[in-house]
Amino acid sequence: MTATQAANGIVGEGRRKRVDLSIPTFVLLGGLLTILVVLPLFWIIFYSFRNDVDGSFTLQNFASLVTDSTLLRAYLLAIGMAFGVGILSCLVATPMAWLVSRTDLPGRKLIRILVTASFVTPPFLGAIAYEILAAPNSGVLNVLARKLLRQDSSFVMFDIYTFSGLVFAIACFTFPYVFTLVSNALDRVPSDLEDASAILGGKALTTVRKVTLPLVLPAMLAGTLIAILQALTMFGSPAILALPAGFHVITTKIWSLFQFPPRLGVAAAAAIPLLVITVMLLRTQKTILGRKGYTVMGGKSGTPRITELGRWKWPSMAFVLFILSLTIFLPYGAILKTAFMQTPGAGLTWENFTLRHWNFVLFEFSATQLALKNTLFLGIVTATAVTAIAVVTAYLVTRRSIRGAGYLGILATAPVAVPGIVLGVGLFLSYANPTFQLYGTLWILLIAFMTIELPAGYQQMSSSFAGIHPELEDAGRIMGASRLRTLWDITAPLLRTSIIAAWCFVFVGTIRELSATILLTTANTKLVSVIIYDLNESGDLGAICVLGIILLAVSFTVVCIANNIPVLGRARNVMPRG
Amino acid sequence: MLTKLIRTTALTCGLAITGSAFAEAPAPYDITPELIEAATSEGSVVFYTATDVAVAEQLAELFKSTYPGIEVQVERAGSERVFQRIGQETSSGIQNADVIETSDAVHFEYFKRHEWLEAMVPQEVADKWPEDEKDPDGYFAAYRAHLSVLAYRSDMLDEADAPKTWNDLLKPEYSGKMVKAHPGYSGTVMSATYSLVELLGWDYFEQLGAQDVMQVQSSTEPPKKLAQGERIIQADGNEYNIFRLQDEGVPITIVYPEEGTPIAVGNAGVLAGAPHPNAAKLFYAFLFSHEAQQLNSDSGGLRSFHPDVVEKDSRTPLSEIPLLHVDAEKLEAMILEIKSNYEKFFGT
Repeated sequence: MTATQAANGIVGEGRRKRVDLSIPTFVLLGGLLTILVVLPLFWIIFYSFRNDVDGSFTLQNFASLVTDSTLLRAYLLAIGMAFGVGILSCLVATPMAWLVSRTDLPGRKLIRILVTASFVTPPFLGAIAYEILAAPNSGVLNVLARKLLRQDSSFVMFDIYTFSGLVFAIACFTFPYVFTLVSNALDRVPSDLEDASAILGGKALTTVRKVTLPLVLPAMLAGTLIAILQALTMFGSPAILALPAGFHVITTKIWSLFQFPPRLGVAAAAAIPLLVITVMLLRTQKTILGRKGYTVMGGKSGTPRITELGRWKWPSMAFVLFILSLTIFLPYGAILKTAFMQTPGAGLTWENFTLRHWNFVLFEFSATQLALKNTLFLGIVTATAVTAIAVVTAYLVTRRSIRGAGYLGILATAPVAVPGIVLGVGLFLSYANPTFQLYGTLWILLIAFMTIELPAGYQQMSSSFAGIHPELEDAGRIMGASRLRTLWDITAPLLRTSIIAAWCFVFVGTIRELSATILLTTANTKLVSVIIYDLNESGDLGAICVLGIILLAVSFTVVCIANNIPVLGRARNVMPRG
Repeated sequence: MLTKLIRTTALTCGLAITGSAFAEAPAPYDITPELIEAATSEGSVVFYTATDVAVAEQLAELFKSTYPGIEVQVERAGSERVFQRIGQETSSGIQNADVIETSDAVHFEYFKRHEWLEAMVPQEVADKWPEDEKDPDGYFAAYRAHLSVLAYRSDMLDEADAPKTWNDLLKPEYSGKMVKAHPGYSGTVMSATYSLVELLGWDYFEQLGAQDVMQVQSSTEPPKKLAQGERIIQADGNEYNIFRLQDEGVPITIVYPEEGTPIAVGNAGVLAGAPHPNAAKLFYAFLFSHEAQQLNSDSGGLRSFHPDVVEKDSRTPLSEIPLLHVDAEKLEAMILEIKSNYEKFFGT
């Protein structure tokens, strides 16, 4: 009894000495996020009410949203495309995630790695790969189909330059968002709940439907939401596939408004409905999730249960292989082939083999080295900064330790509503002036990337926090540790996998960002994504594929290193028991 | 004539013109050892260009081997993108580029009007360039010219079946077989669209828009789509890229319709306040040198105004082709009309 009292005394003293840093952290974060998010938004709103010619106040910009049929059309197509991508991603990713996380499907680890690979693939590179594969006349798949089916040149099996082609090409590289979130969630669903269902006589499918599925529903929704928003605000793939097809989505339309003479006011006004749509989507998600508690990791928890597939093994395998060939094998094959062949359409023979694209990119093209260096630097710095901010923000918000913490969550999520291209403008207007003079430096790109990636990092971290019951932290707090100490000693180790995953999410998101980048780069701040886009506009497919391969090699290396850093600890497959 | 035109343009835009800004062109300069030394000590030159990236990089290589110790940073994008970029940079006080080159004649009138250019005249330009192809005040000169041509894959389309005139492209049999570049991105196509609207009216484009044309951005791209076999006819696109592909053995035939073919003149100039002024001056003079112009012609397929440049025999000389020239002033007034009509007929 005395021992306990003594212990309490020591702990109590310890508690008094250590300052709780919650409030300063909150203020600092709040300030930082406000600058990151609110400033560009302010300028966008300001410009949307401004007459481009004389700078006077006007409502004309908003009027043209209703009267200009090209803008309306672009909006409808973009929304249609985004939902198409979201639904397709969810339909493909959820069964795959379940197969990989909760069944005895052979090669599960490899499948996970391959899905990650399709996530690392920048969508614009994927779009270019599908140009090579499924362009109506020269597309490799069409040529092959013609040969196999003995058809003449008028026969077209696939046409990527269509609306559905665009949805497909984006979904191929967006479904990993859903997959990663759902499979992480499935990893964490404890067996005791499923056991309870089994004990009460539920069949395997009933358990999946009534227990497992509802528990991963938030992850599914969050993933689908990210996929929808990614597609809605995506610039690269539509620019590559929709423009040849003869239609605009809203991002490419806004981009076209910046051609000389720029129509800044209309562009800013055109961005605002996107903001509204996104806020509505986020609110919907919140309402759905708000109904139930979804805590899955408490102080006690068992390992996830594995379902035996039995005779379903081979059909499941075929399904997974089919998806992987669409998202990995075919596009990568096309990129590799194009990088080493004279022309993309050339047959696979030794005569057509060439290293001239490599020679051009590595030795003749003056932008390569600088772009690679910039890309790598920005990727690593952005990922580290965003992950740090996301962890602290998500903690403050999910634990509601401070009044007004919810405000941070809104700020951290808000950039998701701002299309990269519009954020690019906002940042350009905010920081390309005599006070800051950041345009033309890497810093403006860093700010852009941090702002753009924050929602993804934050979503990931907050859904992870939501899955950890506060009882573990409460234990730490009761024992007298400060909030930050608890966060560092208890929560962070539990979140290791999620933190690494979030870091990689952001890193990959950064190196594949194009829409804000394209307005913010200058000659000295070139990035690989931009030179790929520039090369695409002049049709240099060979050089693009070489650069794409280099970019992918670098990304994979970094992701592998991140997953194996000893300080963070190797990601463990089994979650620690309480 | 050109001076008058510029004055009128400037006046219509309501810009005050100082007397000094439009004085006579400065005295021509030679490439002297002092200039080379000063340029070498600056170490690099930044070149914003709209010429095909492979051609521009080749030119940079020639410069680097001629003047060792000076790096060339080539920034290639479509003319309208180059214009957008330089506009963004200049308006936010960034001086990045030394020498600039685009194929849209309107740009250089605009640069000059806004005093973004530094007047200077290389000796070679003063001695050998035709009067029409250089700015009388010495702010820029025609670095290259090329045509925007009608062309087809000769192995996939018989000569008899191939289009002969612009209006032939409207025939139903060519529906779904054509590719064309975009005037909002390419200066060449902006000029070509203007010329063809003057010649054939918007009717032509309205009907062409209904032909299921594949839309690409840069005028360097349609020839590449032909080489790929994605489409068999280009409704517009660079002549010089076709020359390059023909040299590689790709079977493409150019058609020069009797009504005329649009020509785009690519001007070059040195920016005022260039970060590497001497290297810029040296590079600018180099651009107009016989060696550079001959290289542009030989492997770049570009047309040159240098009288000593010898063109390959396989190419139809400019003198034998009916040409459609651009009036920069009229084109500038038409830019918005071209963009909105284009979007109406082609969707983007």
